[in-house]
Amino acid sequence: MTEAFIFDAIRSPRGRGRADGSLNEVTAVALSAQMLDALAARNGLSGHAVEDVIWGNVTQVGEQGGCLARSAVLASSLDQAIPGLSINRFCASGLDAVNLAANQLHGGLGQGYIAGGVEMMSRVPMSSDGAAIAVDPSLAMGTGFVPQGISADLIATEYGFTRTQADALAVESQRRAALAWAEGRFSRSMVPVRDRNGLMILDHDEYMRPDTSLSALTALKPAFQAMGEGMPGFDKVALMKYPHLERIHHIHHAGNSSGIVDGAAAVLVGDAAFGRRYGLKPRARIRATAKIGSDPTIMLTGPVPVTQRILAGSGLSARDIDLFEVNEAFAAVVLRFKQAFDVDPAQVNVNGGSIAMGHPLGATGAMILGTLLDEMERADKTLGLATLCVASGMGAATILERI
Amino acid sequence: MPDFLYALDSDGVATITWDVAGRSMNVLSLAGIDALDALIDRALGDGAVRGVVITSAKKDFAGGMDLQVISQMQSGGAEAIFAGVMRLHHVLRKIERGGRDAKTLTGAKPIVAALTGTGLGIGYELPLACHRILVADTPKARIGLPEILVGLFPGAGGTTRLVRKLGLQAAAPYLLEGKLLDPQQAAAAGLIDEVVPAEVLLARAKAWVLAAKDADLVKPWDQKGYKMPGGAPYDPSGYMTYLAVSAMTQGKTMGVYPAARAVLQAAYEGALVGFDTALKVEARAFTSVLLDPTAGAMIRSLFLNKEALDKGARRPALPDESVRCLGVVGAGMMGAGIAHVAAIAGINVVLVDATVEAAERGKGHSASLLDKDIQRGKATDLTKAAVLGRISATADYAALAPCDLVIEAVFEDPKVKAEVIARVETVVAETCILATNTSTLPITGLAAASCRADKMLGVHFFSPVDKMALVEVIRGAKTGDRAVAKALDFVRALRKTPIVVNDARFFYANRCIIPYINEGIRMVAEGVEPALIEAAARMVGMPVGPLQLVDETSIDLAVRIAQATKAAMGAVYPDSAVDGVIFALAEQGRLGRKAGAGFYAYDSAGKRTGLWEGLGAFWPVAKDQPDLAQVQHRLLMIQALEAVRALEQGVLTDIREGDVGAILGWGFAPWSGGPFSWLDRIGAGAAVQMCHDLSKLGPRFAPPALLTDLAEKADGFYARFAAVSA
Repeated sequence: MTEAFIFDAIRSPRGRGRADGSLNEVTAVALSAQMLDALAARNGLSGHAVEDVIWGNVTQVGEQGGCLARSAVLASSLDQAIPGLSINRFCASGLDAVNLAANQLHGGLGQGYIAGGVEMMSRVPMSSDGAAIAVDPSLAMGTGFVPQGISADLIATEYGFTRTQADALAVESQRRAALAWAEGRFSRSMVPVRDRNGLMILDHDEYMRPDTSLSALTALKPAFQAMGEGMPGFDKVALMKYPHLERIHHIHHAGNSSGIVDGAAAVLVGDAAFGRRYGLKPRARIRATAKIGSDPTIMLTGPVPVTQRILAGSGLSARDIDLFEVNEAFAAVVLRFKQAFDVDPAQVNVNGGSIAMGHPLGATGAMILGTLLDEMERADKTLGLATLCVASGMGAATILERI
Repeated sequence: MPDFLYALDSDGVATITWDVAGRSMNVLSLAGIDALDALIDRALGDGAVRGVVITSAKKDFAGGMDLQVISQMQSGGAEAIFAGVMRLHHVLRKIERGGRDAKTLTGAKPIVAALTGTGLGIGYELPLACHRILVADTPKARIGLPEILVGLFPGAGGTTRLVRKLGLQAAAPYLLEGKLLDPQQAAAAGLIDEVVPAEVLLARAKAWVLAAKDADLVKPWDQKGYKMPGGAPYDPSGYMTYLAVSAMTQGKTMGVYPAARAVLQAAYEGALVGFDTALKVEARAFTSVLLDPTAGAMIRSLFLNKEALDKGARRPALPDESVRCLGVVGAGMMGAGIAHVAAIAGINVVLVDATVEAAERGKGHSASLLDKDIQRGKATDLTKAAVLGRISATADYAALAPCDLVIEAVFEDPKVKAEVIARVETVVAETCILATNTSTLPITGLAAASCRADKMLGVHFFSPVDKMALVEVIRGAKTGDRAVAKALDFVRALRKTPIVVNDARFFYANRCIIPYINEGIRMVAEGVEPALIEAAARMVGMPVGPLQLVDETSIDLAVRIAQATKAAMGAVYPDSAVDGVIFALAEQGRLGRKAGAGFYAYDSAGKRTGLWEGLGAFWPVAKDQPDLAQVQHRLLMIQALEAVRALEQGVLTDIREGDVGAILGWGFAPWSGGPFSWLDRIGAGAAVQMCHDLSKLGPRFAPPALLTDLAEKADGFYARFAAVSA
């Protein structure tokens, strides 16, 4: 089997995903192209350098529609001989882009890929692409569809997590992210966003609230209680799948859920020959990849079975993994992961996560993989695992091994 | 005689008058569809015709589809159903197009629906296809689509047209709940165009025909650039609506009503395509519902058999026994409730209690119910005065003298009841029928206190009397036919549904409800998660879980029943596992809702806040929990087996009553059509197997001989007893 290595990983800063967010003025194509250009420039790529650009993106309508990946290639300095593939596995799209590149390399196809993703949530609102699972009764009623916040609260109820635990995790995410920024831990991968004239638009994650305290979070109202218990009553739908529970405890709110942000990330993946050709040193081997489907109602428990699957497939146990990145879609997702594998909290999301810095859906998978790699190098660790929960009941994971 | 008549006036307006012979209410049959189609062709093809008015010769327009049509279609399988529905779509679409030019959308002949009164089901779907709907101003008329209540949905274009007319959110109450409106409300809600005085209905309809322009004759959905009100599923506005309606419907129906999902499926898929394709989609969804056994079972029990019982299927063939004057003794909750519903039905009531004050308090119950109706716009001060005027509250038994039916509803104590009966008999006429309202006491024993047992019987009204649709009429050993006829005529006047059962412990309803409650309590004792017990019950279509139900009826009542049953049965008493739980709760003072504490906890306002957290300390939740289906099978089967035993033992004599009574009396999974329909649906063989599997829990699940016999002969309840019930 051909090996797949990561040679470089970059990301944009994350802008608040609102009209007043700094990246609101940047198009999805422009931000994607900046990532591609930066990756090409940093690594001296030219001509038909890679086999494909695989680009994760969730809300593929409007400016993110029409095969955004190809548009991004054409808007960048890359050669037009390089095609582009937009993919969507919701929140794991960016990770699956990397996995897809790695697996094609494993299969002997091509020598290099650019994989990553983008999501401009301030410009293309979440859910604006529609989803049959939410509104087609055969699915919505048939599978017991509920919005993710209800699912997250259901996880907390089913596995016994309290509001305080969730809020404490959020505070810790903020603290760790602030420390990471203060110590410049993101500087290797950070590519500031500039306008066409070279003027700076954003050079830091602007969603963060480092001063967040437990008492401030305690004051927030649960965000999903009204839609769950009142109209339209999603709790009832969810509880039909979990009839042993009498009710759902609503513990999530804006402060312990991931932030809505704009952002992009890109990873340069290739085989050994690719590294030789461009004089690049491999930073890590993509040791294993996995994806699974799980109950769509509780929806966000995927990191547990997908991690079990990837560990089993690579002959490892959770004890063998030095560092974990578990996307902080909601606090309960990470709490459940830690509970299931009984891992030391110090090993998980060392530099904070989506609760503090935000979750640009299609980009996040590639982002946390880069964050994992940077931290593995900084802390001089060997094995790292990145995983995300995925809408509609899925999960994806990647194991990296430093060379 | 054809169902539709045709006449052309000198102005060129053709009138098609619906008048089905031999029926008080028009219904649409297969022949009727053909006749209507031919007349529409005639009008559209006749150059002298400028437009058409479709009306009725009866006081109402139409009550719906002839259910014969449905069963005829069903027998032909999917292909026949789909073809039949598409044929109807074709006729209605022809009306909607009015013979216009397909390209220019001009030249249509106006076709107006002029409703003399009620238009339900196809009686509203046909008007929906017309260019304008006028309804005579008849406040008692009802407009709407009640199909969902019998497990169907509007399948003659009603779903597609109403969603396009109002949007899904506004159409939902009519499609998903079968909400009916009077003409004024229907006009305000946009279901119809105009309410006009009855005497000018036809004149106004004709005037509209003559004045109509091309633009009036093209429905919004047939125009370019049509936008669905409230948004289509993938419009930003519509997205949330479709998402919410699916979730709400799932929560409300607990997933057990195929028609609810099918109507939403038709609405959703239909909204994404053009009108004619949407009709096809609707027809496919409707076909799937007709093929599902739920619709057949619900129609049989909730429509056909309920109607048969309402009309006196079990009434002895005797002259009219309409109640002229009702006596009610005991002005407590039940007595006052009975007095109230009788007075509402126009019957004069003498309400007797030990003191005038107590009797007046009973009458006050009626006043407060009427006040609530006034608040909701369902009654006026005038009707309130009239109803209260019919109730005379007194402490004087002699006032009962003119009564032809006296119902005693005093405390459930045989001695007290016997005394009251004896006292009543001293004042009433020889012909007066005496009924005792009881949910548990054997009638034959009470009748022993009477000197004329043939004129005595039991009635079992359910609480709250004004809301519950069922009345059990209990025939004692010596009860005569005239007494039964009197009781049935009384129930009919109340517009409630009667079942006639023979005298045995707990009669029919309580006989089945008690094991249901007990099975739930047993599971608590076994360590089944209480939330699972309650959810399993609701998810199999029971209106309330067994633990909530016993909280409502009260734990101390359960204790009293248990003690009485134990005393009566002696050593074979099977329910000591249940008693352990209820006696313990009673000892804690947790007597149910009225005590603000039972299986559930309650807040200071008496609202349930959740299962009592202390249950786990008494009956720890087991590590291994049964799966949902097993809990559901236990809860349904325990009721169904009791119904079978009631039939075996002659308490029930008609399975129709067993099914209708179970649904109306205690809400037995309406989707199933009742316990006998449910057993038929799973099949006697499978039911016996399920019994054997459940028998490890105790002999209470042993299959009754009748069920075993049906299984051995590959027979079913309706197959075997249909002749008796026809």
